Amino acid sequence: MSDYKLGSIDQIPPGEGREFLVKNIKLAVFHLRDGSVYATQAECPHRQGPLADGLTGNGIVVCPFHAWKFALATGLPVFGECSIQTYPARLEGTELLVSISE
Amino acid sequence: MKEKLVVIGNGMAGARTVEEILARGGGERFEITMIGDEPYGNYNRILLSNVLNGAQEASEIFLNPLAWYQDNGVTLIAGVRATAIDRAAQSVALADGSSVCYDQLIIATGSRPFVPRMDGLYTEEADGVMRSGVFVFRTIDDCSKIAGTAAKARKAAVIGGGLLGLEAARGLLRFGCEVHVIHLSTSLMENQLDASAGRILKATMQKMGVHVHLEKATTSILGDSEVTGLAFKDGSTLDCDMVVISCGITPNTELAKGCGLMVERGIVVTDGMQSVDDERIWVVGECAQHRGRVYGLVAPLWDQGVVLADRLTAKKPEAIYEGSKLATKLKVMGVELASMGVTGAQEDDDEEIVYSEPKTGIYKKLIIRKGQLIGAILLGDADRAGYLIQNFDRGSALPDERALMLFDIGDAPALGATMIEMPEAAQVCNCNGVTKASIVKCVGNGARSLKMVMEQTRAGTGCGSCKKLVGEIVNWACDGQTEEDPSVHYYVPGVPLKKTELVEVIKAQSLKSVSAVFNTLAEGREDAGSKMGLASLLRSLWGAEYEDERDARYINDRVHANIQKDRTFSVIPRIYGGITTADDLITIGQVAKKYNVPMVKFTGGQRIDLLGIKKEDLPGVWQDLGMPSGHAYAKAFRTVKTCVGTDFCRYGLGDSTTLGIALEKRYQGLETPGKVKMATAGCPRNCSEAYVKDVGYVAIGDGKWEIYIGGAAGAHIRKGDLLAVVESHEAAIMLTDRFLQYYIENARYLERTYGFVERLGIAPLRAILVDDSEGLALQLEAALKIQLDAYVDPWEEALVNKTPNQFRSELKVVNA
Repeated sequence: MSDYKLGSIDQIPPGEGREFLVKNIKLAVFHLRDGSVYATQAECPHRQGPLADGLTGNGIVVCPFHAWKFALATGLPVFGECSIQTYPARLEGTELLVSISE
Repeated sequence: MKEKLVVIGNGMAGARTVEEILARGGGERFEITMIGDEPYGNYNRILLSNVLNGAQEASEIFLNPLAWYQDNGVTLIAGVRATAIDRAAQSVALADGSSVCYDQLIIATGSRPFVPRMDGLYTEEADGVMRSGVFVFRTIDDCSKIAGTAAKARKAAVIGGGLLGLEAARGLLRFGCEVHVIHLSTSLMENQLDASAGRILKATMQKMGVHVHLEKATTSILGDSEVTGLAFKDGSTLDCDMVVISCGITPNTELAKGCGLMVERGIVVTDGMQSVDDERIWVVGECAQHRGRVYGLVAPLWDQGVVLADRLTAKKPEAIYEGSKLATKLKVMGVELASMGVTGAQEDDDEEIVYSEPKTGIYKKLIIRKGQLIGAILLGDADRAGYLIQNFDRGSALPDERALMLFDIGDAPALGATMIEMPEAAQVCNCNGVTKASIVKCVGNGARSLKMVMEQTRAGTGCGSCKKLVGEIVNWACDGQTEEDPSVHYYVPGVPLKKTELVEVIKAQSLKSVSAVFNTLAEGREDAGSKMGLASLLRSLWGAEYEDERDARYINDRVHANIQKDRTFSVIPRIYGGITTADDLITIGQVAKKYNVPMVKFTGGQRIDLLGIKKEDLPGVWQDLGMPSGHAYAKAFRTVKTCVGTDFCRYGLGDSTTLGIALEKRYQGLETPGKVKMATAGCPRNCSEAYVKDVGYVAIGDGKWEIYIGGAAGAHIRKGDLLAVVESHEAAIMLTDRFLQYYIENARYLERTYGFVERLGIAPLRAILVDDSEGLALQLEAALKIQLDAYVDPWEEALVNKTPNQFRSELKVVNA
């Protein structure tokens, strides 16, 4: 596992997500209103909807394409048929970090 | 020490009531013993005719196998009859000489077939034993005996032309014998059908091969050792070698009578399902007589069991049973039949709506009193049964266009089949590829409400046009026993309040942002699926004072464009009334070239759509266009489609373009519960399709305009209802203001005007909006104006982003 610095959390408005390209892996990184941060694969496994553009709430993201829902912490589907990949994410001060295995 | 609860009767009523008691934690409080005289666990008696007609095996209709009793700590004494109740000693005596003590006793002894007096019924040896070849149709044992005899029989007679008798007759057909139904009355199923429907049903049964004899009173069963025929009161006879008697039921009340409880037709109970004489004794099912009625159908048992369990477990000690409304569906294959409530008008003002096609065996009838469905008959085509039963049960408001209740007109995709006939593999939800089989399976796994099934299967969550059908399938798969989820009445799922309650609290507590609502009303728990609905409501309530939080918006509303399957966006500039200029067209063309727009398309609403724009390019495209947003992505006022009107058209009666442009300039940017599309037509030729818009205006000459509301021509097709005829553009705009604000205030989130207008009815809407019957007009106009005044073109965000990286699709590239 290596940590990657993504820069300031201010890049992501509260409650929303943004997409990052890290080591050629596309990530959706979320900044929830309670201050927590999460990173998941960028595209919905269903029809490749951009998860970073989804609505969030209560630790869940809703894909904007067909409303599949995933738990941000575990990647498990709440509504939909398969899981998504998640990556450990955390804040150090205002610096956003994600860990990706080598 | 647990209290001893004894249940006499292990039929559907007894077992269901025990399930209800267990579901309320009754297992902790009671030691439960059930006494049943059939040596089985409990089975679904309703499906017995399926066993007889071969559709199901006996093993398939068991509800509670023996293991269920063990698993739930219920002691089952099966195959032993209870012979007496001793109320003083609080004990029940059993046929084997033993007895069981109780603290609380439930009598669920049900009923037995009613056998009319006639000669030759019984054997001479034992008292009350039917002779060989004569049967009643009530238990699994009856079923297998009938089947065994029918296989060898030449000619079978069923005495009784009620629901069960006809089901038995249809079941007998498969054994290859000739089947005759003997009925005392002038018409089949006279309790559920009127005379016309009875006649059509008779013809249908005869076509199927069942011979029907009406107005025949059977006086004796002929033959010495074997049955050879029937003799009737009118002197005629009929040859047959077996007889099935199905003449209704007699409640089993002997035990209750024996211990001094009040018995009339059934055991008389209170609204709490207790005997009127002894509060330790409860009665449920077909042996109970409640407010003078004894029920012989299954749905009332469920209702009674719920009340009994609520009171016995003290979960709801005040629960009251108020009687049940009766609806039946004939389950026999080949005949579609549903009946509910009364069979004909009873009072002068009752409305009767009848459609009859005797040749094809179709007959439909509705009886409506004071706007509520009080009875219905569907014969030959019961597609609307689920819908009507729901209306009947709930007493909901009915569509003004009564024909919609009888026929599927431009509604859910017609699969042309009843629920039973619909193939398992039939795709119900085309958006999400959900079949009938998966919905039924989901119900079988315990989802007993439309909402749960939609959540678990995604059926109906796409375009929503199949939602009604999904509901009907759920209702059918639950056998009508759907459970209503309280959250269906919430405005949004994440805040447990109805719209009116929510609006009140939001105003009282001055909640102006979505997060404030969650913090105050949902314990801080944000629900993603509730955000958009709340945002829409708050904006309509607060206008410019609304505190906009961008994460509460759907992506389209965050970037003011409509997301496409390849993650690009579509851009539709506003073109008022669909009337443009050469200069604007040149600009649009230049923008399309500059950004390599892959598709430029005219929309159905007379606009130009630039498809395939990258998120990053959106601000540039808007700036270069220099036109305001067309809001083609939002739950908002969309477009006014116009015809050429009076400027050039040879037929134009009214200036549809001027009116259209005025409307569009006025309402642009107005957020609404569902999208709102309008059209103006300069004459009734309706070139701009004004009859099927949310609001449509049709010029009829002399400066007059007809205003139609609630039209639709998408997944759902509906002609709008005429709200009013007005004499000026100003008057048209004033009524539109009122209607839009009333819709904003009273519609559910995402409820389109076609559903809203149909739900409320055009007559009440006309009273409120045109005649101002409730004195709301000024208030509505003022409230709408606040929102119109708050209009800002969202494409102005091209210059100043509202949130960090609002239009960036990929932020940062980090390489190891």
